[in-house]
Amino acid sequence: MELSGSQMVIEALRKENVSVVFGYPGGAIMNVYDEVYKQNHFKHILTRHEQAAIHAADGYARATGEVGVAFVTSGPGFTNAVTGLATAYMDSIPLVVISGQVPISMIGTDAFQEIDAVGISRPCVKHNYLVKDAKDLSRILKEAFYIARSGRPGPVHVDIPKDVTAQMAHFSYPSEIKMQTYKPTYKGNPRQIKKAIEAIAAAKRPVLYIGGGAINSNAANEVREFARICGIPAVETLMARGVMGDENPLLLGMLGMHGCYCANMAMSEADLMIAFGPRFDDRVTGKLSEFAKHAKIIHVDIDPSSIGKIVPIDYPIVGDLKNVVEAMIPLAKEQIQADKYKPWRELLKRYNEIHPLRYEDSNDVIKPQWAIERVGELLGDKAVICTDVGQHQMWAAQFYPFSYPRQWLSSGGLGTMGYGLPAAMGAKVALPNKTVINFTGDGSILMNIQELMTAVENKIAVINIILNNQFLGMVRQWQTFFYNKRYSSTDLSVQPDFVKLVESFGGRGFRVKTKAEFDQALNDAMQSGCVCMIDVQVDRFENVLPMVPAGGTLYNMMLEYKE
Amino acid sequence: MDAIRRVLSVIVLNEDGVLSRISGLFAGRGYNIDSLTVAPIPKTNLSRLTIVTSGSTAVLEQIVKQLHKLIPTYKVIESGEFVEKELALVKIPLSEDFNGLDAMLKAYNGTIASSSEESIVLMVADDYNRIDSFLKAVKKYNPTDIVRSGSVAMDL
Repeated sequence: MELSGSQMVIEALRKENVSVVFGYPGGAIMNVYDEVYKQNHFKHILTRHEQAAIHAADGYARATGEVGVAFVTSGPGFTNAVTGLATAYMDSIPLVVISGQVPISMIGTDAFQEIDAVGISRPCVKHNYLVKDAKDLSRILKEAFYIARSGRPGPVHVDIPKDVTAQMAHFSYPSEIKMQTYKPTYKGNPRQIKKAIEAIAAAKRPVLYIGGGAINSNAANEVREFARICGIPAVETLMARGVMGDENPLLLGMLGMHGCYCANMAMSEADLMIAFGPRFDDRVTGKLSEFAKHAKIIHVDIDPSSIGKIVPIDYPIVGDLKNVVEAMIPLAKEQIQADKYKPWRELLKRYNEIHPLRYEDSNDVIKPQWAIERVGELLGDKAVICTDVGQHQMWAAQFYPFSYPRQWLSSGGLGTMGYGLPAAMGAKVALPNKTVINFTGDGSILMNIQELMTAVENKIAVINIILNNQFLGMVRQWQTFFYNKRYSSTDLSVQPDFVKLVESFGGRGFRVKTKAEFDQALNDAMQSGCVCMIDVQVDRFENVLPMVPAGGTLYNMMLEYKE
Repeated sequence: MDAIRRVLSVIVLNEDGVLSRISGLFAGRGYNIDSLTVAPIPKTNLSRLTIVTSGSTAVLEQIVKQLHKLIPTYKVIESGEFVEKELALVKIPLSEDFNGLDAMLKAYNGTIASSSEESIVLMVADDYNRIDSFLKAVKKYNPTDIVRSGSVAMDL
């Protein structure tokens, strides 16, 4: 079949069962957009900024586990997309991002809207391609989708020059993938698995340390089952919220910089750590020399370079987590007595009773933690929760009652302010019957505020809850703790009227100062059927606690802030 | 921790941009490249890079893993058993006194690769440390230019 490069893109997306593409057109990708106009296989959603197109595809991917797809043009279209690519790369999110490029003959001439796109994307994608001939395009697109979703998932960038999108060539989409060099390992080594089980059976104080890999691998059921059989308490990273389900008595909570006391103490006092797909981020480990220093470590990860990167590992297992835990379960049933760890579980329970996750509620002003808990009480598992980045993100991770994987979408590794609204749109497009909440801050929300237009145009009814403290709160908190209250460039009290702002786009806005108003606003927002913004005036100086100061030790948390 | 010198032989798909992926990986993650050579492997779609690097054991382990992680990487050979050779070219003005040069070239299996009205060019191919000592010895002839190729290696 002879097709133009642009038609090949459409055909490839059809073969990959892509149902929605987020994007923004421009000169170098116009041929592709002309074919988008003529087709009805997928829906195209025009965002109002390329960064948001990538975040929306990312939100779609996180909510569903499928590959998110976005189109952008060359030059500034592509450079705007870079933050989105880097966000997805840091959190291992499968995307295929197609960018236009100037015609091949003009590459290297500093042509209008020319930039070395693959040169820029190289360190923030799993792989990238510059397509030089349309006859390679079907193979490249097949590989792009395969690479994005297989192994450790990640974004793949395909840069297509304008003349290649016009070039006619033979098209036959490969049904199978044949790659000479890329072969991820899915099955764990049985000998290593056996040794790991023996180590668990010998341990007295084991802890499960669950990371984002458990979400990517769709391994939540297996992980829960394994924990239940073994009776081993678990901690979750920010990326893993929802894996165990907060109702689960074995879940101690989130660990790390703003993790709960018992989770961090479990890591510090464990004699064996069973790491299921985390990557030992510095926000988790604190000071490395003191991190879990009594523990032997089992690390299961699909990415060999993740194992031993930060800390030496005693029992490395390379493989897909779901696959590996499935293989561990029958061995665990034979060899591990859940009763054995009872004293350990009791100890951790006591730790949690001594220093539970808490905040001081108030009758005069809404506490941000209360707002999150309240949404949790009212919506619980009915809502998918997105966030931006900062204090509100940590409070949401701490205080929302998550009950299943992919309920929690947040930029963990890169920490991208402006992620929340477009990612929430992507999630809502994927799951139209779910309520999608974006907890955001008065700083973050302005970083992709233009997406209110996309949401209004496409009737994407996401509810943005601004925990408005008129500060760049997390930076303000560090300035309070570590910079003697010199609030350098963090006072955001000059701000728009968020209610008028959202209404000018055609959405609904609510200003909330009391708990009663909050319930009313959330109820009205749920009924509205359109994009909403609830501007919640919260306590300006509330801090995220407990806290392990950067480079501090997990067992020495700051539990309260004293002037 | 002391930096350990390591020779890596990396087989990659011979495609656009593959060298920038490798050099970018080293630059982006702060790894050292002491030398790097690259050429296609005859009758294949592959190229071989010989990279001489250095770092702690943990860093070297990460380098190998990160190289493996690149999509076009076919194989990373890191065994200690290599034949490793490097080539050096040295330009010496004809005005120098060449006394003893013959014997020195003999000792290092060197040759005179080229000569002009003003200078001669010596060529030596040997282990990198023998090249080091040759270049030290040849200093007394006041070379005006020295070019080293970087190591090439073949695993045994």
